[in-house]
Amino acid sequence: METKNKKIVKMDMKQYGMFFALIAIYLIFAVLTKGANLSPMNINNLIMQNGYVVILAIGMLLCVLTGNIDLGVGSVVAVCGSVAGIIMIDLKMNMWIAIIAALLVGLLTGIFAGFFIAYLGIPPFVVTLATMLMGRGLTYTLLQAQTKGPFDQSYNFIGAGFLPVIKIPFGDGTLDLVSIFVAVIASVALVVSELRSIATKKKYNFAVNPTWQTATKLGVMLFIIWFFFYKLARYNGLPFVLLIMVILIAIYGFITSKTVAGRQIYALGGNRKAANLSGIDTNKVFFWVYVNMGVLSALAGIVLAARNGSATPKAGDGFEMDAIASCYIGGAAVAGGAGTIVGAVVGAFVMGILNNGMSLFGWSTDIQKIVKGAVLLGAVTMDVLSKRKKG
Amino acid sequence: MSDNIILEMNHITKEFSGVKALDDVNIKVKKGEIHALCGENGAGKSTLMNVLSGVYPHGTYEGDIIYKGEKCAFHNLRDSEAKGIVIIHQELALSPLLSVAENVFLGNERTSMKGVIDWTETRRRAQEVLARVGLEHEDVNVPVNSLGVGKQQLIEIAKAMAKKVELLILDEPTAALNDEESQKLLDIMLELKRQGITSIIISHKLNEIEYVSDSITIIRDGKSIETLVKGRDEYTEDRVIKAMVGREMTNRYPKRENIMLGKVIFEVKNWNVFHPDDENRQVLKNINIKVRAGEVVGLAGLMGAGRTELAMSIFGRSYGQKISGQVLVNGNEVKIRNVKDAIAAKIAYISEDRKTYGLNLIADIKENMAIAARPQFFSKHGVINANEEILAAQEYKKRINVKANSIKQVVGSLSGGNQQKVVIAKWMLTQPDVLIMDEPTRGIDVGAKYEIYCVINELAKAGKAIIVISSEMQEIIGTCDRLYVINEGEIAGELTSEEVTQERIMQCIMAHNRKGDEDGN
Repeated sequence: METKNKKIVKMDMKQYGMFFALIAIYLIFAVLTKGANLSPMNINNLIMQNGYVVILAIGMLLCVLTGNIDLGVGSVVAVCGSVAGIIMIDLKMNMWIAIIAALLVGLLTGIFAGFFIAYLGIPPFVVTLATMLMGRGLTYTLLQAQTKGPFDQSYNFIGAGFLPVIKIPFGDGTLDLVSIFVAVIASVALVVSELRSIATKKKYNFAVNPTWQTATKLGVMLFIIWFFFYKLARYNGLPFVLLIMVILIAIYGFITSKTVAGRQIYALGGNRKAANLSGIDTNKVFFWVYVNMGVLSALAGIVLAARNGSATPKAGDGFEMDAIASCYIGGAAVAGGAGTIVGAVVGAFVMGILNNGMSLFGWSTDIQKIVKGAVLLGAVTMDVLSKRKKG
Repeated sequence: MSDNIILEMNHITKEFSGVKALDDVNIKVKKGEIHALCGENGAGKSTLMNVLSGVYPHGTYEGDIIYKGEKCAFHNLRDSEAKGIVIIHQELALSPLLSVAENVFLGNERTSMKGVIDWTETRRRAQEVLARVGLEHEDVNVPVNSLGVGKQQLIEIAKAMAKKVELLILDEPTAALNDEESQKLLDIMLELKRQGITSIIISHKLNEIEYVSDSITIIRDGKSIETLVKGRDEYTEDRVIKAMVGREMTNRYPKRENIMLGKVIFEVKNWNVFHPDDENRQVLKNINIKVRAGEVVGLAGLMGAGRTELAMSIFGRSYGQKISGQVLVNGNEVKIRNVKDAIAAKIAYISEDRKTYGLNLIADIKENMAIAARPQFFSKHGVINANEEILAAQEYKKRINVKANSIKQVVGSLSGGNQQKVVIAKWMLTQPDVLIMDEPTRGIDVGAKYEIYCVINELAKAGKAIIVISSEMQEIIGTCDRLYVINEGEIAGELTSEEVTQERIMQCIMAHNRKGDEDGN
């Protein structure tokens, strides 16, 4: 039965599959660690520890959309962190100069890689393998294999600081009203945007999801928001890293879904020849994707150095693999052309929750790597098999 | 039958999902002769040869293959090669960076003991077989890609010789060769005939067939029409053309009503293009074409004549190098450096290969339809107006009847005809004045074809200049007001819809070929 002016479409559940997996993994570890991973402090750590992986995963998603990867990000993280460290410790200069210099170095590495990839046609795998080796070597040279630190508290704020709080006594501890206030705003914004999107769909006579599905989706999302913000409110309030993450997710979510430039990345990844013949300058797209990756790597480097309070030559080692794995776990296609920012972020948190849960449970990092590898393989295998069944 | 028949294929019928590509085909090949297969593009020649060589295994077709007096049931190429039947496809099957000697024995390696290649033996034997195809002076150690296409084609034949071939099948062997190379290849075929090898050749170049073959079987619409024998029947190009095209025109093309031609809105002047990999090889020579508003102009010609190259070189220099000449749209010269410029100049090009050049198969209908028009029509300051895109996609889905559940359906899951409609919609959305449609109905069923012809008519009625490139002559004749015949990169003739017939087109091509031969000598 179809009513006249009401079109209804079922929600695509696959889109939320990884989201449910994330919740499931979290709950499993909640049981295994007898609730240790539910503590306010742990929730806070989860966000602070995964901030840089999330930043890198966002940039990496754009590379993965083109059907490629960037192996050099871990090294660029280290180079940029060490540049910031040298400026602040050795040259005793202002932290803002350090931050700008680090971002500029990231930009330059991005331009370097982008130039070889886009305009000389060297395969990205090779170019970024080179930047990975060169970046790591450069870091050791710059730092003379020493750790630079400690940094000033005002700089460390970026990686370890909190937004202003208004704490009131609550239960056996305190509650931050700012966090609660932000949670209220986020909830209202979420509900309003959902209602507006339904209104637009009705106005243009597009199909809408059944009400109960929309309501369930909203309910789950509101629960997650309140769970996280309540936990954070019980600890020290909102970490500054969370603010950076939210801003980046918003900006890149917008770029990849709503801008001409963003959709051109998808078109390039889906079929490069067809994209060329549709008037897209695919070299330019390639170039900017890698430049962007360089800048985001620098940002991750700044955050990491701030969290550690120092710059170390081994910083960021293996981050590229975490970022790449996040994209694939989050449903991005290995061949390119498909994937979302939210997916990559969820993927990054799947990795983060696994790390965190296994650490709390007392598994060694060696075992953790085995589990992470298996999860990556399992997620992509399931994705590929489910697509094969459909096609 | 007499003993000198080496191959008989009786009542061969082959269907592809309900469509008969071959319908009761019969062919007899005498031992030691060169037998030609002629027919239009898509008549079923290559399908027949794929049945013979086991590419389509026994059981997927009906009918019998009798080779050297015994019934054969080939399940793959290996089976047929074991019996001495070797097929050489249009696309060369050489590994470009391996040496000549290694390529000659590719898949048939000379080994001293199990799995270990005997290089001395390989080189010595390679030299022997190369001598049989006139390449005795060639260095067998150089990589194959350092040789010209003509020699590569001969190496393919040498590869077949190394397999002790008795029946050699050549599919369009001279398509990529120049006249001199073609002549050499044909002479090698005659030499092989003297050595007792039977050949089957598929070719569009009827003058070559007339020169080299002993008998010709003509295939039309998947049926074997007749076999002409040299010395017994009339053995001329005209006779072959007549058999190839002799069929009634039915109303497979919608009638065009009140054709209103406006002024010339698209013009290409003195267009010259060189091959992208070889700056000395001129692919297009001095092309001049004009199209009026509301006019459908065809570009007819054989495969490889240069029609797609012409379209792509105009469309944002997507093909070739050292391009010279002028493009005029609405009377003004437009400078086109890339595809973006071409779109801005209101030119659209619908590629002949929708899967490779037209579509993002993993994206949905809306995304594919919107991608080309997006910067100009569906965005503001780089931000997409998603609702306008959805409305436009829905409108075009309805207007040209794309059969899909919704505009969110992934394009890769659509049928060929519906995919083609998506590509057409994509370019209609860029609001062009000039539409170049390259093989707009390739590989799609009759119903969808008719709908696409209707779209072409509708666009012409709206005052667009339409260029249709098609290898199906009937299609060109059925849809176009006027056509240019293109052959070997030049305009070989211009025909109006009143005077055009398939014979006239073929005659244009043949006359141009002869002229080219005379100029060459």
